[in-house]
Amino acid sequence: MSDVLAELRGVSRTYQKGKEKVEVLHELDLDIPDGDFLAIMGPSGSGKTTLLNLLGGLDKPTSGSVKVGDAVLSSLSNSQLSNWRSTHVGFIFQFYNLLPVLSAQKNVELPLLLTNFSAKERAKRASIALEIVGLAERANHRPRELSGGQEQRVAIARAIVSDPSLLLCDEPTGDLDRETADEILNLLQTLNREHGKTIVMVTHDAQAAGYAKRTLMCDKGKLEAREETA
Amino acid sequence: MKYFGLIWRNVWRKKIRTSLTILSIFVAFLLFALLAAISYAFKGGEDVADAERLIVIDKVSLINTLPMSYLNRIASTDSVQSVTHASWFGGYYQEPRNQFGQFPTDPYSYFSMYPELQLPQEQLDAWVKNRTGAVIGREIAETYGIEVGDRIPLQATIWTKADGGRTWEFDIEGIFSSSEPRGSSAFMLFHYDYFDEARAFGQGSVGWYILRVKPGADPVQVANAIDAQFANSPSETKTSTEAAFAQSFAKQFGNIALIVTLILGAVFFTLLLVSGNTMSQSVRERISELAVLKTLGFSNGSVLGIVLSESVLIMLMGGLLGLGFGWLVVQGVSQAMGAFLPGVFLSPGAAVTALAIMLAAGIVAGIFPALKAMRLSIVDALAKA
Repeated sequence: MSDVLAELRGVSRTYQKGKEKVEVLHELDLDIPDGDFLAIMGPSGSGKTTLLNLLGGLDKPTSGSVKVGDAVLSSLSNSQLSNWRSTHVGFIFQFYNLLPVLSAQKNVELPLLLTNFSAKERAKRASIALEIVGLAERANHRPRELSGGQEQRVAIARAIVSDPSLLLCDEPTGDLDRETADEILNLLQTLNREHGKTIVMVTHDAQAAGYAKRTLMCDKGKLEAREETA
Repeated sequence: MKYFGLIWRNVWRKKIRTSLTILSIFVAFLLFALLAAISYAFKGGEDVADAERLIVIDKVSLINTLPMSYLNRIASTDSVQSVTHASWFGGYYQEPRNQFGQFPTDPYSYFSMYPELQLPQEQLDAWVKNRTGAVIGREIAETYGIEVGDRIPLQATIWTKADGGRTWEFDIEGIFSSSEPRGSSAFMLFHYDYFDEARAFGQGSVGWYILRVKPGADPVQVANAIDAQFANSPSETKTSTEAAFAQSFAKQFGNIALIVTLILGAVFFTLLLVSGNTMSQSVRERISELAVLKTLGFSNGSVLGIVLSESVLIMLMGGLLGLGFGWLVVQGVSQAMGAFLPGVFLSPGAAVTALAIMLAAGIVAGIFPALKAMRLSIVDALAKA
């Protein structure tokens, strides 16, 4: 690990719930080095997903700053954030969130629609991404024709197709059996080790966290180091 | 264009719902095509009107006749170059449904008044020589298979003969056609003299006069001068340009344009509700998918554009199918009813209007769902998913 890819300083996030203000994150400081594989664990409602949303530019902090690469996300407009997300970050969700009307290939091509690549180039890059996740032969299948593990592989291919430096995974194995979960986690580990992707993964699963280089515990809006893993 | 695949797939997400919506749009634009074509037919006379031709009718109603004695007085009015006349006969050929325009008139002056009507000189001369002769337009000849030399009967619905008979027989001496692209030749002309002598009542009267003003003369001034001549007489006149006459003639059937507008207004309002509902449902059931698109980097504008494009695409599919089918039906109607209602035609102007309505309706039906999609909070939508 070398330079810091993501840097959070004094980040707080407060939500309004009815008349009550709920502070989910409290003056959080965090450095994520380039090439890191960070697992964040913690009970429900501890702020894990909120932290992920802030790192991915899906949400803005109430106070503090979020910097990823050269971009200070907390100061970007919504359209600048959209543009930044399309090239710098890939998202992997618990329930895959593939578009059911599109084939695996077309789902993977989606982020490339935001680029100037030709249709041929988009198809070629999507095929390569599907090959990396070992699903080239299922390219023309719709999500409903795939197993959960296969759907998650397609989602990973979609996340890496535009070659982002940062992958954000929200419970990526939460909907999978142990064996399939291990396959997915091995794949993420490969992407981290061999392709140099920086990965931040939120999980409830201690075994899943074991695949990460380090784990942080999130509780009551604060982060604590758990232990060095891999 | 690169979003087209995504838009197309989204449109067909629920095949039955989309098909039913497209069907309702199809019916609406089919109706539009038919009503626009009929409206065009009623308006047709205005488009082929000659600016230097004036029509003189009874001031009270077109149904009332005017004295034949007006002919010379009109002819001698300043700036009047020539005059002819015509009357409404209102008969039918063989069957009551075979109705078309039949006008007793004066052969030479009538054809001189309407140079766009093309009749070979020898046929005109033959007609003039034959008291019971008549000439018919090409549309009538083709519709009923009538040829020069045929003797045809017309059943009178107004003008019984002095002997009590209702059957008038005519020798077809010629077939004319119109050189105007939109001009009609779906009528028949025969001798006024024969008509006037043989009819049971109304002798010495005509339906209306048609006159041509001298080049450079002001048609409005001439019209006023003619009406002033017959003011305070038992048959006061109303003189107007040919276009105004055609317009008022069409209004005898009601305000076609207003009727068409009202019907289409109701149809398109319903259409907006149906399409708007389809788009709302479509957006509601894929909130998480739209959130994923935004997560991947699709901007608010792109999401708005995608949803709006889906709405416009649905409208265009149904609309163009309806318009296309409507065009085919209009072609059929035009051939079947050309003699009774000439000029039934789906004009390029109507097609362009329909296209504009499709685009506008697509945008209106889709704008609220599209705005909802655009304003979607990614965090909230993903949390609910």
